[in-house]
Amino acid sequence: MTDIAITLTVNGVVRQVEVPGRRLLSDCLRHDLGLTGTHVGCEHGVCGCCTVLLDGEPVRSCLTFAVTVDGHDITTVEGLAAPDGAMSPVQRAFAECHGLQCGFCTPGFLCTVTALLRDNPSPTGEEVLEGISGNLCRCTGYQNIVKSVHRAAEIMAEET
Amino acid sequence: MKPAPFEYHAPRSLGEALDALAEAGADGKVLAGGQSLIPMLNMRLAAPAHLIDINRLTELATLDVEPGGVRVGALARHAQVERSEPVAAAQPLLRQALRLVAHPVIRNRGTVVGSLVHADPAAELPAVLALLGGSVRLARRGATRDVTAAAFFTGPMESATGPGELAVSALFPLLPARSGTAFREVARRHGDYALAGIAALVSLDDDLRITVARVACVSVGPVPVLVDVTEVCGHRPPASAGWDAAARAVQDRIEPEADIHASAGYRRHLIGVLAEQALRDAARAALDA
Ligand SMILES: Cc1cc2nc3c(=O)[nH]c(=O)nc-3n(C[C@H](O)[C@H](O)[C@H](O)COP(=O)(O)OP(=O)(O)OC[C@H]3O[C@@H](n4cnc5c(N)ncnc54)[C@H](O)[C@@H]3O)c2cc1C
Ligand code: FES
Ligand code: FES
Repeated sequence: MTDIAITLTVNGVVRQVEVPGRRLLSDCLRHDLGLTGTHVGCEHGVCGCCTVLLDGEPVRSCLTFAVTVDGHDITTVEGLAAPDGAMSPVQRAFAECHGLQCGFCTPGFLCTVTALLRDNPSPTGEEVLEGISGNLCRCTGYQNIVKSVHRAAEIMAEET
Repeated sequence: MKPAPFEYHAPRSLGEALDALAEAGADGKVLAGGQSLIPMLNMRLAAPAHLIDINRLTELATLDVEPGGVRVGALARHAQVERSEPVAAAQPLLRQALRLVAHPVIRNRGTVVGSLVHADPAAELPAVLALLGGSVRLARRGATRDVTAAAFFTGPMESATGPGELAVSALFPLLPARSGTAFREVARRHGDYALAGIAALVSLDDDLRITVARVACVSVGPVPVLVDVTEVCGHRPPASAGWDAAARAVQDRIEPEADIHASAGYRRHLIGVLAEQALRDAARAALDA
């Protein structure tokens, strides 16, 4: 069971790493690549904390083997801000609307919502609920998260 | 919790995958979307010695509307099938059911064929395949066979897929003329596995009288429970059909079990309510078809 050499483009940077076949993408990002922004809650796909973008589509990094996505593009929460560090509209909206408290679930929400608003820039209330239904938060009661998503849509509309 | 070590295989063609599966035999498992398998590996409920990853077999990422039905390749993800307009037009039940499968993020990765092979009695797609009388195409080195839904689901989490076999595609037959379908379920939280669910199909003749009324029940038996209620409904227009009698007939045919989420009696109650709603929805869709 030898390690396998893989190449991932993470947040625009080409990274090479050798991992065993059983290395979860979440662990590869956190432990092998030092990107600890991706959080791990349940490791069976229920909480959504580990959600990252794989070729732009949100996926559970705890339900993906790093070796499976050899050669692909990954965006983690570290990659959502602009290259100069300016926060993205989704990040700003979460800060503005108090969409986070402890912040544990936040990376997963930010990645999920970034893709949601890219595909549907002005979602209805119901579409927002459906879009974030796979992410759990222990602290916020979701009201401010929902508000943040609508606010992010507003900011994006204002800035285009 | 992490998976136990395994030998990883990354075949680049169907032939390579079948070779690897043949060699691994009973020690081998296919990895498709991983949305059911990886949780089981993480919890060490499964620890296969060989994992054959089919994610590079883009030749299996197909989705075709054929004269006989919608053929879904082994690498077609739930999201891809759900979004397809040609599929929704040809076989609306697929989209109706897929919207109830887990959450959008899980659907980006999970595959339709993987869900069939996984054969969870609480899953929506096995019920869809059973209701429509579809089939799964299984390939092993040198041979291919088509297995009907009735023979494919053999028990809870058990399908007819044998060691060394790869499910290459599934066929969801088209609806007869003047037919409608519906999927109804109750879950603790939207996106969770259903406490109980019903897929329904109703067909009408030229006089708009019922000729077929059938349901497949989810989460109330070891495999999807198929019940034909055509006789109970009567050869009548939907407005005067015996929907409540049909719902009771469905309730009589199931043997639900209790678990921490629901008692057997509550599941039986839900099935009755959902069966009547789903049959009425399907009849309405048939009238519009
Ligand atoms: C939080 C959560 C909620 C969920 N909720 C639901 C739900 O409500 N309803 C529902 O139906 N599902 C649900 N799922 C499961 C999900 O839909 C899976 O995507 C699906 O059941 C399996 O598809 P997969 O491609 O991910 O298969 P995998 O996980 O890769 O494989 C599942 C099994 O099938 C075998 N297999 C897969 N493909 C093949 C093939 N082509 N040939 C031979 N064997 C194969 C594997 O070896 C394994 O045994 C949920 C999952 C999660 C994590
Ligand atoms: S850690 Fe991946 S979904 Fe919970
Ligand atoms: S902010 Fe604490 S878990 Fe969501």
